Amino acid sequence: MVTEAAVWAIFLLPLGSFVLIALVIRPFLNRWPLLAAVSTIGALTAATVLAALTLRSVILGHTAVFPTWEWLSLGGATIEMGLLVDPLTAVMLVVVTSISLLIQIYSVGYMQGDPGFARYFAYMSLFTASMLGLALSSNIVQLYAFWELVGVSSYLLIGFWHERPLAAAAAKKAFIITRIGDVGFLIAILYLFLKADDFAAAGLNAFHIPDIWQAAQPLAAGGAILAGGALTWMALGIFAGAAGKSGQFPLHAWLPDAMEGPTPVSALIHAATMVAAGVFLVARFYPVFQQSDNAMAVVALVGAFTAVMAATMGLVMNDIKRVMAYSTVSQLGYMMAALGMGAFAPAIFHLVTHAIFKALLFLGAGSVNHASGTFDMRYMGGLRRYMPATYLLVVIAALSLIGIIPLAGFWSKDEILLGAWDGNSHLAVWMNRATFISLLAGVALTAFYTVRMVMLTFYGQFRGGIEQESADAGAGGAGEEAAAVHGPAAHGPEEGEGESHQGHSAGGHSGGVHLAESPLVMVAPMAVLGVGAVVAGYVINPQWIDFLGVPVHWITGFVADGLLAATGGEGHAELPEFNWAIAGISTAAAVGGAVLGLAVYGTRLGRPEQDGRAREPLRLLGPVYTLLSQKYYVDALYEGLIVRRGFYRIFAGLMNWLDRRIVDGAVDLAGWFFRNLGSAVGRLQTGQTQAYATAVALGALLIILGFLLAS
Amino acid sequence: MNAHDLYVVSPYLAMAGAAALVIILDLFLPVSGRGGRGRGLLPYAAFLLLAGPFVLSLIQFYDLGDAANLVRGGDAGSDGAEASILLGSLSVDRFALFFNFLVTGAAALVVLASTEYVRLMPRFQGEYFGLLLFSATGMMLLAAATELITIYVALELTTLPLAALGAFLLNGRSSEAGIKFLIIGAISSALMLYGMALVFGFTGSTQLSDISSAVARAGGGGAFGNYALLVGLVLLVAGFGFKISAAPFQMWVPDVYEGAPTPVVAFLSVASKAAGFAVLLRVMFTGFFDVSLDWAVLMAALAAASMTIGNVVAIAQSNIRRLFGYSTIAHAGYLLVGVAAGVGTAQSGPETPVFASIGPDSVLFYLGAYTAANLTAFFAIAAIGQRVGGDRISDYAGLVTRSPGLAIILALALIALIGVPPTGIFIAKLYVFTAAVDSGLAWLAIVGVVNSAVSAYYYVRIIRVMFLGQPPAIYQDGGARSARSAAPWAAMGLAAAALVFMGVAPGFVMGAAGAAVRALGV
Repeated sequence: MVTEAAVWAIFLLPLGSFVLIALVIRPFLNRWPLLAAVSTIGALTAATVLAALTLRSVILGHTAVFPTWEWLSLGGATIEMGLLVDPLTAVMLVVVTSISLLIQIYSVGYMQGDPGFARYFAYMSLFTASMLGLALSSNIVQLYAFWELVGVSSYLLIGFWHERPLAAAAAKKAFIITRIGDVGFLIAILYLFLKADDFAAAGLNAFHIPDIWQAAQPLAAGGAILAGGALTWMALGIFAGAAGKSGQFPLHAWLPDAMEGPTPVSALIHAATMVAAGVFLVARFYPVFQQSDNAMAVVALVGAFTAVMAATMGLVMNDIKRVMAYSTVSQLGYMMAALGMGAFAPAIFHLVTHAIFKALLFLGAGSVNHASGTFDMRYMGGLRRYMPATYLLVVIAALSLIGIIPLAGFWSKDEILLGAWDGNSHLAVWMNRATFISLLAGVALTAFYTVRMVMLTFYGQFRGGIEQESADAGAGGAGEEAAAVHGPAAHGPEEGEGESHQGHSAGGHSGGVHLAESPLVMVAPMAVLGVGAVVAGYVINPQWIDFLGVPVHWITGFVADGLLAATGGEGHAELPEFNWAIAGISTAAAVGGAVLGLAVYGTRLGRPEQDGRAREPLRLLGPVYTLLSQKYYVDALYEGLIVRRGFYRIFAGLMNWLDRRIVDGAVDLAGWFFRNLGSAVGRLQTGQTQAYATAVALGALLIILGFLLAS
Repeated sequence: MNAHDLYVVSPYLAMAGAAALVIILDLFLPVSGRGGRGRGLLPYAAFLLLAGPFVLSLIQFYDLGDAANLVRGGDAGSDGAEASILLGSLSVDRFALFFNFLVTGAAALVVLASTEYVRLMPRFQGEYFGLLLFSATGMMLLAAATELITIYVALELTTLPLAALGAFLLNGRSSEAGIKFLIIGAISSALMLYGMALVFGFTGSTQLSDISSAVARAGGGGAFGNYALLVGLVLLVAGFGFKISAAPFQMWVPDVYEGAPTPVVAFLSVASKAAGFAVLLRVMFTGFFDVSLDWAVLMAALAAASMTIGNVVAIAQSNIRRLFGYSTIAHAGYLLVGVAAGVGTAQSGPETPVFASIGPDSVLFYLGAYTAANLTAFFAIAAIGQRVGGDRISDYAGLVTRSPGLAIILALALIALIGVPPTGIFIAKLYVFTAAVDSGLAWLAIVGVVNSAVSAYYYVRIIRVMFLGQPPAIYQDGGARSARSAAPWAAMGLAAAALVFMGVAPGFVMGAAGAAVRALGV
């Protein structure tokens, strides 16, 4: 049984590393920035070991709720802090610590020579600590505090190269859009404040997460405290927060822009962990969601819609990291849809495998950037000859993402599709079918854009990398191209992509083209993830028989039992058996998409043009291509219409008017009143001591008179 | 007087002794020609001497155990010892000890922060620190006093040294500040003495416990039962109102804040205010609780007036010290909300007051958080003033490029004063307003929240000027170069750390405040 101190240490170690770097290493030892990396990696190694021990302990003994300590007691509401270690938390801890550890090691190579090396590791430590604190929180207010802290460290990391305007803008955009979702989360918490007395009457604490689960159960003593429409709205409030963090439609627009941060940051935060926090949040309050059919339906439909919509946008992106970003949004949509369909365990299973192969894909993108200096796939090509290890690993991750048997992604995606097919008895039939069909279509789309990405990056002839890109940008060719592609909206903020490459090339990283494999410190962590991307799916969740000592359906059974215990059930949850028909259909969709991708990009169609740049066959789609490359005009809508027209013109205009007429008026009035009214007050404040004394006496007299008149 | 009496008053004796020792030490330290190197040790000596009252308070804190009060009953003669002469005049309980720690801590930080500042007045350093510690002695006594004459003496001991300190810079504004503080203080004292005389005349005692039973017996109609009590109590409140700088007794505040030496203002704004609230709470809740439904209305009215006047007038200020003068009036208002919230109404009938301990609890917590925040702000203002050579807000333009550390610390204090998490005042405001709602004063909580929003306007303006303003091409030379000693930075850092600590882990101070209020024994 793991002790409370050990569990605290999982969170405190990275936090201590942050404090150490911020207060000691950066001010005093900045000449040896490698110390910052040593501190971070050391702390995370220890944290990973402790997280594994915690997982083992939870496997043996199930949920461990440690005693809480009171943080704040105001009136009837008591807020307690503590640790909640259930199967969900234990799985999350292992994923976060181990992936973070690998990415920190990779960062030593990737960030080498960056002037902000120590600062980078300080932020990364802070982020990891916040993420672990979030996973461990036993109180919704505590969870919210870490939730915001995760947002802040994400902001710092996206804007890490804050001297680049695009990075600063992306950081701001991420912060603001996620904040919109957080308002919903906050309202849900405030609702709990209102219900604090009802909770107390039942002997529960309104902020203690297990108590919230219990309060939502209809069979709890005296009926449910949370029920009906209020419960639905509370669940939707939580989902709004989750949708913001996990980039679900319509709050998805920030995630692709967040790729302006350093690539390992994208791998850790915007692929493997932070964006999964939204999925985690819904899973954390799943007993509440389960009580509301409407909330479940919203989660399922938003997730399914996001899965398809993001995949279509991923088809046409030219920036390799943006393809992956849309892929991440799409995969998070799968997890959300699974949660909405009642497939709780498959969602968490997919969260784990996705964290592994998507982190690997991003690290591969960073490695490719290390060689070619660019992220624009139009300027890559043929890289498999120069960097065979990166090529091999990216292909593995890609096949895992596509869902090719027997790689990790296949098993988890298959479970989700199976869950969607079996459906949710609370949802209308059309919702079940629409979700399943959307997810199936998403599989084919995923296969297509993944193959496109691999072909453009690694096959064909090398198209010049950053040098060619800079030359084109200098000649104005890229600009014309962009204008031709983007059409009339090119003046909007989304003339973006071409510009963003210049942003990157201006940064410290792309010191030109040097076509060679990345150093071992970068390749080794990728290799570890590569092994995971192959085997993790089957090893942690064997399908038919116990495998290497792991019981059948281990991880899905593990988290499903945890959920059952949370809702007051006993024994083991029922798990669906492997379904050959679903597996066949999903494999057919995946292979179909992949073959189509190969047909288009592996043949003449996608070969380089004369000028060395890849031609884009999808452009043949005409207006559809424009619509997709403009991201369905959602960004334009947000930035152009809502932010510029709506916010600046109307809201800001109103505030300006208020400020000038009302606030300034009030200020002037106050000044006029207190300076020039000529009243007793005005004269008293001129500094006459006699007048002050008079005021004191008069004040006392007036009070006495007031009481006499009132009584 | 017996030995136990000496032990009971030992923190006060230690504090007064420290004050006397500093003055004597000043005579013996050499005045070296360059920068007064010998004299430079004086602040550190004063700082170390503060360990005396602190340690003695700590011993008493643990000695107290389950007892309510260290002062023993009148039967002390039975075991041959002399009877206590303290009986009835002092109550050394957790409430008094809470303020012992608060005042000692504030004094220690102010002493540390003064190390640079006292170079402006090389001749009178001993007197400066001596007077500071004498005033602190008065504040500690004020929190323990349970008898009207003792209260009066302690109040004067608090006020008179502060008046002298206010005039310490020997320039026009400083002298004006000192004289104004002295005169208004004297008039307030006179009103308060008159009030005490009326209360004595009506109840026949100067001891709060006897007053309480006399008030309970009196009954009668109208406000406070009768006119003597009405006038007496209002005049008492006028005297306390001067100390806590509540409207309408606040007129002196901006002038004194503008003219007096900055560390003195820092001390005045937190410790003096805390002591004022200590005596207000003790007198009102232990002496006059039976008429509390009447004075709660008065407190609520003063709270609303102080908050509104403080915040509205602060908006128009261009001098940062005057701005903080009005800010402190506003915070006196928030604190008074907590005092008013200490009186709830019983379910059985509206005519019986019920003690709601959450009100005074929140006041004590607020005082702790406010002490940390305002000390942080004033230490930063003192350091900035020495660098930019002015106190106008426009002087602060672009400060972040010149002194980023100071700009960030001042910004932290300002954000705290608005009441933004994760700082102590956020919790404190939440606490005070929750208390108000619980005691049926929802309207007052709304006034408070609106006032907090208004206050953001002028606090944020300073931050905006510091971070976004264009720095002037040439700074006026403020005389002092960057601080040569680390002491002011240490003081600033400690105050800021305390401020954040109370916001992140409020339980410790909240627990102490709760225990202190229970000791009042209402």
